[in-house]
Amino acid sequence: MKKLLGIFGLLLAVCLFATWASESFRSGYNIENLIRRTALFGVLGIGVSFVIVTGGIDLSIGSVICLVGCGLPWLLTVQHWSLPAALAAVIAVSVGIGLAHGLLITRLRLQPFIVTLCGLMLYRGVTRGFTADQTVGFADGYKGLRVLATGKIPVPGIQGFEIPAPWAVLVVVAIAAAIFLNRTIYGRYLLALGNNENAARYSGINTSRMIVLAYVLCSTLAGLGGVLFVLDVNSAQPVDFGNFYELYAIAAAVLGGCSLRGGEGSILGVIIGTALILVLRNVVTLVTNHSNIEFAIIGAVILAGVITDELVKRYAIRRRAARELAQ
Amino acid sequence: MLPVLLEARSLTKSFPGVRALKGVSLAVSRGEVVAVIGENGAGKSTLMKILAGVQIADTGEIRIDGVPAPLRSVEEALGLGIALIHQELNLAQNLDVAANLFLGREPRRWGLIDTGRLRQEAGQFLQAVGLDVSPDTRVGSLAIGQQQLVEIAKALSTQARVLIMDEPTSSLSAGEAENLFRVIQDLRARGVSIVYISHRLGEVTRLADRVVVLRDGENSGELARHEISHAAMVRLMVGRDLSQFYPHQPHARSETVLEVDGLRTPAHPTHPLTFQIRAGEMVGLAGLVGAGRTEVLLALFGVQPAVGGTLKIGGQPLRAQTPAQAIAAGLALVPEDRKREGLVLGMPVRENLSLASLRQDQRRGFRDTAREETLSAEMIQSLRIKTPNDRQVVQFLSGGNQQKVVIGKWLALKPKVLLLDEPTRGIDIGAKQEIYRLMEELADQGVAIVFASSEMEEILGMSDRVLVMHEGRITGELSRHQLSEEAILHLATGTASPESHP
Repeated sequence: MKKLLGIFGLLLAVCLFATWASESFRSGYNIENLIRRTALFGVLGIGVSFVIVTGGIDLSIGSVICLVGCGLPWLLTVQHWSLPAALAAVIAVSVGIGLAHGLLITRLRLQPFIVTLCGLMLYRGVTRGFTADQTVGFADGYKGLRVLATGKIPVPGIQGFEIPAPWAVLVVVAIAAAIFLNRTIYGRYLLALGNNENAARYSGINTSRMIVLAYVLCSTLAGLGGVLFVLDVNSAQPVDFGNFYELYAIAAAVLGGCSLRGGEGSILGVIIGTALILVLRNVVTLVTNHSNIEFAIIGAVILAGVITDELVKRYAIRRRAARELAQ
Repeated sequence: MLPVLLEARSLTKSFPGVRALKGVSLAVSRGEVVAVIGENGAGKSTLMKILAGVQIADTGEIRIDGVPAPLRSVEEALGLGIALIHQELNLAQNLDVAANLFLGREPRRWGLIDTGRLRQEAGQFLQAVGLDVSPDTRVGSLAIGQQQLVEIAKALSTQARVLIMDEPTSSLSAGEAENLFRVIQDLRARGVSIVYISHRLGEVTRLADRVVVLRDGENSGELARHEISHAAMVRLMVGRDLSQFYPHQPHARSETVLEVDGLRTPAHPTHPLTFQIRAGEMVGLAGLVGAGRTEVLLALFGVQPAVGGTLKIGGQPLRAQTPAQAIAAGLALVPEDRKREGLVLGMPVRENLSLASLRQDQRRGFRDTAREETLSAEMIQSLRIKTPNDRQVVQFLSGGNQQKVVIGKWLALKPKVLLLDEPTRGIDIGAKQEIYRLMEELADQGVAIVFASSEMEEILGMSDRVLVMHEGRITGELSRHQLSEEAILHLATGTASPESHP
């Protein structure tokens, strides 16, 4: 909880600084845009946090976004599939990818890093293959569907600002994910096995099945993210669509309180972490006019965050030991 | 009498909740083979770790050549000529023999490894231990016995004057052991001193110039060469009157609840095991380290599924391939290593207590939080778990209270058979007694209890019946009136039938 407040405080501080330093930051347009991007990346972050809770990692998210984000318009506009069929296909592929990752990791005992690194290369390569590296998009079609990503929900009483539709998607996904993680027995199983897989297994938990489930959730949400991203921007280039998005998602999850050692995670934290990264990116662009150093700033902030977290943890352990010694 | 090379006086060492050494002394002369024996938990391994600089004694004195030598690190001990050869070998399997011998001490020329000299020097040390392999053989391709000789050669290459060997024959075949004995006699002739730790009294009788016996963290006696005999050693290892420590009452005989027929564990697939346990009966599983007790429990519980045999619980056949199946059939296991297998250390007491029963108490996949809360409150009260509240992270509880949490986790499921592996390892006397009382209460309620223990007194004090294991076999069954430490040790060391030794 303290951690959540800490990261939220940091987010507030950065926002206040940006409001003071840049006029464009406080424009309704910019804030709407930030919220929309936060919602889209938040969906990815929630997905990967399930995997991180088990102590694993998924590096293939960006490529799954590429596969789904390019695959959907390609199926619709190049292959002329019907919308339900195309949607069903991309969902099935996303689920199947997660299933494959999970089974390789639990049955063959392959390392998550390797399995998903190969996925990262594989899915992008496949996408570039079947699209022949051509940009795909919806042109002027599928307006009804695109509302999901580009639509806005007016706020009564406020002029010049509307809530972007993806925020509603994120809220639904986040509530479902939080209930799953915190209220069901399966969420507890994930946290327990992430902490100590042996103890979970010795307690009668089918740990393999739970790990597979985590990878399926991650890839499925990555697939959902892919659909939303392409609906948002309308056109996708296979060569770089979704590039590095897994790193944003992982960084957001870690900033939001997931430990890469597993067993810890908070859905709300992931969303705050995502917002922090995107606001930082926005600030770097607006304030410095050097968007090319954006990665350096984000990298430095995340590193500082995890170092602080570790130091605070050590301090707490030392204080505890001292207190016990005193007793 | 040769001069004393290494002398340790009145060493003490405490760990949280345990006093491992209460003032142990040991002297080793040049070219002497001293065997250190004792039951599990007598303090042998702590003593060896202190001598090798792995751990530091709380009080006491160590002298080498009569000069005080505070051994504060492994490097310091090595520098003074003391080398420990662990029971589990510490070699880089992927490197060749020569590289392993001089790891971190490679002969160099112009900053690069001088491979010529490396090979040549390695060859000399290999010859000294009678290992006839090329220095550039990959260690991973050698047999275990050969790898052990590499370890010894490595120790010699550090100019070791005292070699401490911890259960060196525990994983060797008879032929490899013979070879090792020859090397040991050779080293002794060359003036190297050897501290030899073994459970196998036959080997000790053959090799030792002197035997030092530890019991309960203290010296219980010493035997000179001409006094060494199996009976004399057992007398010193044993021989303590059992106090009123154990609350054990014989239990009423009842129907058989666990039937094991021809069970074969993956570790010892050639030794089928057959036994029955009755409801309310408390059965001890005795044996030395590596006798296969843990493997039996893990096979019954489906952690390492059996490779053969049949299992019946309450008359129902069970093929436990996973712990979940075993639990559903009415088994529960309190594992050997509670921190690695028993508890989710980073989680609160409540979440640990409910972990096994979440499935049973679920409401369509949702946790029954009210039930979780009452369950943990009940368990904390009835097991007298000392914790500020049930939100306390279990890591910060004492060993005894942690063990109660592990047991409490199972009670809500009302198991028919409770398996416990070293139920009181690393917990203090008071908590031990509470665990015993708990086991007793459960047996009274008709739970069949099987517990593996390395503590002789625990086996003697708590069992209605004892199954003794030696190298994967059940070498004997003792009913309560047949129980004695001598009888168990005879069966556990395999000395009752010396021919069965591999």
